[in-house]
Amino acid sequence: MDKKVEFKKGTYCFGAPVKHQKYLDLPFAREWQPHNEDWGLPHNWKEIIIQGMKTLLNRYRSFKLFMDVCVRCGACADKCHFFIGTGDPKNMPVLRAELLRSVYRRYFTLQGRIFGRLVGARDLTEEILKEWFYYFYQCTECRRCSLYCPYGIDTCEITMMGRELLNLLGCNIQWIIEPASNSYRTGNHLGVPPLAFKETMEFAVDEIKELTGIKIDVPINKKGAEVLFVAPSADYFASPHWYTLLGYLMLFHEVGLDYTWSAFASEGGNFGLFHSYELMKKLNAKIYEEAKRLRVKWILGGECGHMWRVIHQYMDTINGPADFLEEPVSPITGTRFENAKSTKVVHIAEFTADLIFHNKLKLDKSRNDKWVVTFHDSCNTARSMGLFEEPRFILRNVCNRFYEMPENTIREKTFCCGSGAGLGADENLEARLKGGFPRAYAVKYVKEKYGVNMVACMCAIDKASLPTLFEYWVGGVDVCGIHELVGNALVMTGEMERTKDLRGEPLSSGKNNEDLRQ
Amino acid sequence: MSTKLIYALTFTIFLVTIPIIGVGILKLEFLFSIVVPYLALAIFFLGSIHRVVLWSTSPQPFNITLSAGQNKSFRWIRTSYVESPHSKFGVILRMITEVLLFRSLLRNEMVKTHESRWLVFTPKKGLWFLAMIFHYSLLVIVLKHLRFFFEPTPFFLDLILRIDKFFELSLPSLSLTEVLVLVGTVGLLLRRILSKEIKYISLFGDYFILLLILTLVLTGILLKHSFRVDLLDVKRFCIGLFTFNPHVPSKVGLTFYVHLFFVSVLLVYFPYSKLVHAKGVFFSPTRNLPNNSRQKRYINPWNYPVKVKSYEEWEEEYRDMLKEANIPLDKEEKGP
Repeated sequence: MDKKVEFKKGTYCFGAPVKHQKYLDLPFAREWQPHNEDWGLPHNWKEIIIQGMKTLLNRYRSFKLFMDVCVRCGACADKCHFFIGTGDPKNMPVLRAELLRSVYRRYFTLQGRIFGRLVGARDLTEEILKEWFYYFYQCTECRRCSLYCPYGIDTCEITMMGRELLNLLGCNIQWIIEPASNSYRTGNHLGVPPLAFKETMEFAVDEIKELTGIKIDVPINKKGAEVLFVAPSADYFASPHWYTLLGYLMLFHEVGLDYTWSAFASEGGNFGLFHSYELMKKLNAKIYEEAKRLRVKWILGGECGHMWRVIHQYMDTINGPADFLEEPVSPITGTRFENAKSTKVVHIAEFTADLIFHNKLKLDKSRNDKWVVTFHDSCNTARSMGLFEEPRFILRNVCNRFYEMPENTIREKTFCCGSGAGLGADENLEARLKGGFPRAYAVKYVKEKYGVNMVACMCAIDKASLPTLFEYWVGGVDVCGIHELVGNALVMTGEMERTKDLRGEPLSSGKNNEDLRQ
Repeated sequence: MSTKLIYALTFTIFLVTIPIIGVGILKLEFLFSIVVPYLALAIFFLGSIHRVVLWSTSPQPFNITLSAGQNKSFRWIRTSYVESPHSKFGVILRMITEVLLFRSLLRNEMVKTHESRWLVFTPKKGLWFLAMIFHYSLLVIVLKHLRFFFEPTPFFLDLILRIDKFFELSLPSLSLTEVLVLVGTVGLLLRRILSKEIKYISLFGDYFILLLILTLVLTGILLKHSFRVDLLDVKRFCIGLFTFNPHVPSKVGLTFYVHLFFVSVLLVYFPYSKLVHAKGVFFSPTRNLPNNSRQKRYINPWNYPVKVKSYEEWEEEYRDMLKEANIPLDKEEKGP
């Protein structure tokens, strides 16, 4: 427990640039790097932390409870992908929490004040602060450990508290603060201004025209549309996310959905979730604001993980009530999305699954025949939403060959990509690859067993990080969004004969389809 | 051996000597049979209430329930009513499985990297099994003790006692629960000593509580089997304690005082240690909230406003660009 933390290159993220810290009004904005010997902390830093802990303990029952009830049974130990990948004992969820808990004991419990180290209490030192930084930014808040904990202790909560505390001293990482500040400034993490936003949508329109011969329309900031569509910005700026975007656009056109994008609420993802309550709330507010301004009836959300953690478990609470919207009803099938009747935000997998169930889409599965597909459950849609069947239902309807990974690694037991919660940076690649190891090996298993060559997922961070991960550990496996496969299989009214898939690669010949059907 | 274990062992032995010296040499029977138990009970009740008040005074600001199964969505998709409950009833069922069956612990599986570099998952129910027999045999033992507090013995106690006795082993004559609680306690202790990972995360208190319970169990068995005590005297003492009509037992011997002292230590220790998990599990927000946060608004009492960028500010900032992109504006002209 007392081993000094070592900032080894490749395992930690860089500090946040001053410019972005200032734009978000974060405390003690300064040039700072975690590997610096001197962290340039304010002279009263200990009081700030203790006071901060006190505030958080009073605000969050979860925090107080999780500090008190752990019995150190060890059931969580080998459930963390970072522990499995690195073997570092402090990556056992129980010890990650113990980093904070030891300080809690020392300053907030009677026995800790009296007996100190004997009962596992530690004085707050700069070394401990460094340890916090290192390990709370080596946790992807995936909540897998919580599933196995007999008291439901959620390391995600612990990590969130740890990061809030570090923020009080201005110790933040670039990969979270820069996107967050971009999102606050332009409306999206990538800092795409409205003109470029419009231009990328035009590119997408052109690409779809080339593939299908159909000219579709992409409405932006259209007042009075029925639905506001919000997706993670990576969908319109990164690869392989881009093909998912094409899939969405084709689908909306085909079913004639009266919808609009917003150039302001042009981000569904929320990097504030990885930082603090305030930042999360600040960034998410624009979605309801735009829904109100554009006078839509309800909101549809794209494929994203953390965005859905926020929408499902936080949005209504922090930015609601959404009483200016209507209970979502699919205009195509008439289905009421009763599970979203308060938040008024529907997940695109729910929307599409409902369309397919009601036979509203003409799908040609064989267009995805070159892919042998498996599905990676994203942590947040899995353990924080319980969205398991809808994506699987869609996949079974858009491709012929779909195989599950071993059951210990899917659904509620899914393994994180290793890059969630703001850890998808380049400088910590070693940690990411180690953290993603269990996921990668489950994919390798199905690759060797069934010849899987495509991993479908519904999370922007997955789409960004999994290709590198698989290239390193597995090889020969691609990553796609669910709606890329939907877009491939979707037979559009009036389309020309499709020769290419959404990636612009030739469609497979589709022979022996019958044999492949499972 | 871990130094923490040595500390815990030393401390336990030290605690054993207190009633031995106190009663055996100093003859402080009144202190150890009346004052200490009353004090311990007071600390137990006040401390337990205090702990629950401490938890209750902090709100649970967000619905952070953990879904371990399919959320309720369409009629044609099978909902997991217990693992991802969306109603109060479902939550109650889920809590019952957690509290009575240790559901989450039952999920436990071990993952190891194999030589072939594969990840190998093996079910690991040992901890669940130990925990179950440990907790349930302790429960039965506590219930069995109630016979000292009631006259006549209630019928359900009689039943428990008969069943327990039915399984009595001939040599040495231990009842079923006595064997099980020993297996549970020793098993849990061995786990902490033998497993490298568990040893690493164990603290003083983790060893101490097991040693404390082990001492309680051993003295209890001794009392019952070897040094026969006057049970009627014990019963008089117990009833006296709870009718506030204290009676100092005289025909019980030192082992009884060690046993009683350890019960007092356990009561004092309970609200200030990890033993609060017994109450904490009911408060756990990842388990006791329904997964319906999109269906029903969850209220955070301290949901304070934060500064946000409004659409107007944004439009003002990007006015020229929006015009160029032909995106409709709210205000056509530049603001003042």
